[in-house]
Amino acid sequence: MIRIFVEGVGLLGPGLSGWRASRPVLAGGESYRDAPTVVVASELLPPAERRRTSVSVKLALTVGHEAIVNAERDVAGMATVFTSSCGDENVHYICEALASPEREVSPTRFHNSVHNAAAGYWGIATRSQEASTSLCAYDASFAAGLLEAAAQATVNRKPVALIAYDQPYPEPLNTVRPISAPFGVALVVAPESTSRTFAVLDVTFEREMETPTRMPDFGLEAARIGAPAARSLPLLAALARGARENIVIECGLRTQLRIAVAPCQ
Amino acid sequence: MRRGRRHPSRRPGTRLQPLVISHFSIVNCLGSGPQAVFHALRERRSGLTPCDFESVTLDTWIGRVAGLEEARVRPDLIAYDCRNNRLAQLGLEQGGFDDAVATAREKYGAGRIGVFMGTSTSGVLDTELAYRRRDPRTGALPVDFRYAETQNTFSLADFTQRYLGLEGPAFVVSSACSSSAKVFGNAARMIAAGICDAAVVGGVDSLCLTTLYGFHSLGLISSGPCRPYDAARDGISIGEGAGFALVEKATQARDTGRIMLLGVGESSDAYHMSTPHPEGVGAKLAMQRALLSAELEPADIDYINLHGTSTKTNDASEDRAVFDLFGHGTPCSSTKGWTGHLLGAAGITEVIICMLAIEHGMRPGSVHTENIDPALKCDYRIENSEARVRRALTNSFGFGGSNCSLVLGAAG
Repeated sequence: MIRIFVEGVGLLGPGLSGWRASRPVLAGGESYRDAPTVVVASELLPPAERRRTSVSVKLALTVGHEAIVNAERDVAGMATVFTSSCGDENVHYICEALASPEREVSPTRFHNSVHNAAAGYWGIATRSQEASTSLCAYDASFAAGLLEAAAQATVNRKPVALIAYDQPYPEPLNTVRPISAPFGVALVVAPESTSRTFAVLDVTFEREMETPTRMPDFGLEAARIGAPAARSLPLLAALARGARENIVIECGLRTQLRIAVAPCQ
Repeated sequence: MRRGRRHPSRRPGTRLQPLVISHFSIVNCLGSGPQAVFHALRERRSGLTPCDFESVTLDTWIGRVAGLEEARVRPDLIAYDCRNNRLAQLGLEQGGFDDAVATAREKYGAGRIGVFMGTSTSGVLDTELAYRRRDPRTGALPVDFRYAETQNTFSLADFTQRYLGLEGPAFVVSSACSSSAKVFGNAARMIAAGICDAAVVGGVDSLCLTTLYGFHSLGLISSGPCRPYDAARDGISIGEGAGFALVEKATQARDTGRIMLLGVGESSDAYHMSTPHPEGVGAKLAMQRALLSAELEPADIDYINLHGTSTKTNDASEDRAVFDLFGHGTPCSSTKGWTGHLLGAAGITEVIICMLAIEHGMRPGSVHTENIDPALKCDYRIENSEARVRRALTNSFGFGGSNCSLVLGAAG
């Protein structure tokens, strides 16, 4: 079991525009309305770079920034764990170009197609030279990212920002890997309690014992299943309610993450 | 401070709990297994050849692994069959690596061994080929295309975990060319945090059109075999390869003479997506952090295996960082003239080359390099040399400014 302390959250998803605005909906006090995810260019990026970045990069930067601002932490001093199940549009355009007789690959698309593009642009935008990693575990990408962020915070004794995001592929890839809507979530977690801490998470990696925690609302449950990053929704709902709860998230082959959430003032 | 002597940690959370690298395996254009790779290094036989891959018409050289077209993955995992996973399986079969993992599985339990793998392009070659067979009317991909088991970045760790029968945490680190160096950091943290007792780490990247045409579009591939640190260097040669290591918690009693992971340093350039920082600021930071986590000084390092891709900018920026930290006093070389740039598998490949250097007391030099660029200042060696190598440092730097340095050394 690893104990971590949550200081800030960032969120963008279908009908979920920012953590503060979404909190009453996730807590169950307001009803959820499905609506397209509104992804705006992160103000962190210089204008020239904003044009070059894909939607998934914008999504990652926006939620990461929101979480760190909510945690009142310094953006440049923060280590980061990015995690995504993939879905970047550049792969599609490159494969399309490679299937054509000319095989002319755009250099910008090529360097933007790397899985760590979001981490690269994050560095450029924040000037952060802190360690950053970029993970993928298919449907378990959020759980893998949370486990890595928890291990990193505990072992390095420093806060870390977890940034999980998924963006639907264009067709024909969306048919073979459907993602229902762009979804991004970020958590700033620390190894110890500070004045900014608002929840404590006891994270346990264990053998699969039960079905993952679901969202009681039909629309939010559809969102949870629709994107791997949205597997975080039950955890976010527990954080929004400020309640003491146990959450189970699928973590890959016959394993799960159990997260005991407790509020902290 | 006396050479090699440990000093107390400067601040909490920086010191690495050393890990034993108890088994490893390697496959690339130099051959299969550590012996084949070591012989090629000693005999200065490069594995690079003119590009004859698939239908590629680029004027370049590659480091190709023979026989992958005919290979198939194990029948129970046939859904995962693709060039990248075939190469992974070839690596797992070498030198009894899979047997060593089975023994560790008995000892620790399947759920206590993590799988942390690096790759940049996974099985994207299958997607490239599937795009040639799209339905002309609907644009749909052919029905035999399997996304999750081939193209998805996780496919490699998923395949490796199932192949080895493990049930601990598993994920892929995909940070371009630093991927399979950074996985050692993941393993060290998971073990230190008590989530795992051991981990299988490594990386696999295989030839595909995306990287060949992509690096070509950036003007970064050489028309001949790459010549790291040469005044006339003009780009990389792309190779393919697999490498795996089983890492376990160190226990002093039984570790004498074994090779350990002593330090990990990670940093970000925060500069540009495809060009390294000209002054090597991020590279220097990664090396400093690796030394700090190993509680060592620059003078404690006997050999540096450079990232040394053979592009104008990489070698110049890395040289600046190495010279700033080590001066001219530490022999260093890039082994990419032998293997080509293995991208997501470069880190693990060069970790294993450092282990071979420690084990055999031989510092590899550099093949294809003829005239060292006079503008570069570090102690770059073309010739191999016999020497005691107690500790080695290896650098891996990737697109997006992702840097990782590792320190390896003999225990006891």
